[in-house]
Amino acid sequence: MSTAVVTKQRTPVRPARILLHVFLVTTSLAWLAPLVWAVFAALRPYSETSNKGYVSWPDKLTFDNFKNAFVQSDMLHYFGNTLIIAVPAVLLTLLLSSMVAFYVSRFDFRLNIALLLVFTAGNLLPQQVIITPLYRMYLLIDLPGVTASGKLYDSALGLVLIHVAFQSGFCAFVLSNYMRMLPHELTEAALVDGASVWRQYWQIVLPLCKPAMAALATLLSIWIYNDFFWAIVLISTGENMPITSALNNLSGQYFTDPNLVAAGALLTAIPTLIVYFVLQRQFVSGLTLGANKG
Amino acid sequence: MSADTTTTSPEAAPQPSSGPAPVKERVPRGHKRLLTRRDRITLAFMAGVPTVLHVALVWVTAIASIFLAFTSWDGIGFDSIKWVGLDNFKQLFSDNPQFWPAVEHNIIWFVVLILIPTPMGLFLAVQLDKKIRFSRVYQTAYFLPVVVSLAVTGFVWQLVYNPDTGLINSLIGANKPGHYIDWIGDPHLNLWAVLVAASWRHTGYMMILYLAGLKGVDPSLREASALDGANEWQTFKNVIFPTLRPTNTVVLVVTIIEALRAFDLVFVFNKGAQGTELLSILITNNIIGESSRIGYGSAIAVVLLVISLAVIIPYLIATFRKERRA
Repeated sequence: MSTAVVTKQRTPVRPARILLHVFLVTTSLAWLAPLVWAVFAALRPYSETSNKGYVSWPDKLTFDNFKNAFVQSDMLHYFGNTLIIAVPAVLLTLLLSSMVAFYVSRFDFRLNIALLLVFTAGNLLPQQVIITPLYRMYLLIDLPGVTASGKLYDSALGLVLIHVAFQSGFCAFVLSNYMRMLPHELTEAALVDGASVWRQYWQIVLPLCKPAMAALATLLSIWIYNDFFWAIVLISTGENMPITSALNNLSGQYFTDPNLVAAGALLTAIPTLIVYFVLQRQFVSGLTLGANKG
Repeated sequence: MSADTTTTSPEAAPQPSSGPAPVKERVPRGHKRLLTRRDRITLAFMAGVPTVLHVALVWVTAIASIFLAFTSWDGIGFDSIKWVGLDNFKQLFSDNPQFWPAVEHNIIWFVVLILIPTPMGLFLAVQLDKKIRFSRVYQTAYFLPVVVSLAVTGFVWQLVYNPDTGLINSLIGANKPGHYIDWIGDPHLNLWAVLVAASWRHTGYMMILYLAGLKGVDPSLREASALDGANEWQTFKNVIFPTLRPTNTVVLVVTIIEALRAFDLVFVFNKGAQGTELLSILITNNIIGESSRIGYGSAIAVVLLVISLAVIIPYLIATFRKERRA
């Protein structure tokens, strides 16, 4: 392949290198195969695949399944639900966790390690450990007039709160490590000049944390968008579900054949794929920011 | 990684000039005195609001799980909570036909993830770390499954496993009546089918973690090892792998937590029907099923909590101790 041709001009081709490329190309194609298979199924009309079988040469490739899956199930509505939950959740998580991180990293009070430990440990718990009491708590909290359901249960607000509470553990950990690396002189000078604590946080520390915040924002958007569990349990009305969790109901109701299921599932994945391809660097660095500290 | 090096340099730099050092020592102590009343209130608010939210929704509920596990409650009024001692646990351990299979499956989940996709991810990371052409393209392919939600992953793999229309059965000719291989329904097969999908995803995740770890390995170590005449495998085994220790710890913890959290894929596949029971699924089915028993569900949650904390606490203590030393 072209790899070999190009490398030949620079250095003598090592057979081991070519073998490695062959191996990597094969495995990456194998890794993409399930997704490619889904795209292939989604592009073919159901009538054709039911006649000829799914493993067959396509006569016709159309976007009809995508169009039908999108329109029939009113997918736009569910994307809207996700937006209402994910945007406030990401912003609030970043705001609250950066405040905790600022406190923990900049002010040497006794509590800080203990506080960080509580946050980080909380984030590592499996969600199912807390779900039974959380579900009861959400049912017991009445919010007449605040949410459509009149409770915390079955409301976007409820989902936003649990996302913020849960994810702020990871973000506080990452941001406090990041803030600790900023030179102390920065805030000390401001303190001597009489700048308030809030101004130190908002005007000095936060702008310096932009790279970490961007990485975390990317990561959080994808995580919250991809969340399946919280909404399955804490939302009872199918209409109120965010897109990822709604997929489960929609697949039984509207996506009546495998081609439509494939189209629906792929449509759900598109926003995450766009975010990933545009912000790949942020995503990967966010993921390794927390892990590298171990 | 790069940030690590910057921490040490500013502190190391002023050391030669002995003058400003003692002054710097005093500043943190004067810190508190410089704070006004308003600053203190701001700080209390900044630390307090997130902590209250996190503790109320995560830790209060975790502790409530422990408490409720020893009670029976219909969920209607608080006065109907009855203390039943260890009854829920006794029933769980001896009468529930799903409990021990679930524990077993969670363990299998972990063992498979740590034995197959984790070394595979490490292997890929080592190969991609060799300044190879198209490294980013390969990385993107392996990492794509991590970005897509587990729910979508479940649907995509169902298209592969479907007995009638799926890729595998169509290819091997098992999609005709009488020849069906039911990858999702057969309790002897379905756990392994789900685990293939889980491994598909886990490999990319591990690859990224190891790639980050490998970037931190001092290149001079590799040169020294090459000068000593070690071959590629010897260098990896004796030099690179030991320096990856911190990454290995993270990988181990992440894999255990993933195995305990496993839920979405199985729920999408078959809602945890026979063959794919998991602790997380038992807890969830107990809530959204018809006969919700709060105390009983909490007892399963306590089992999960105890296992998780047995992993989380030692890990975090080690992490934070190391940080304080640094």
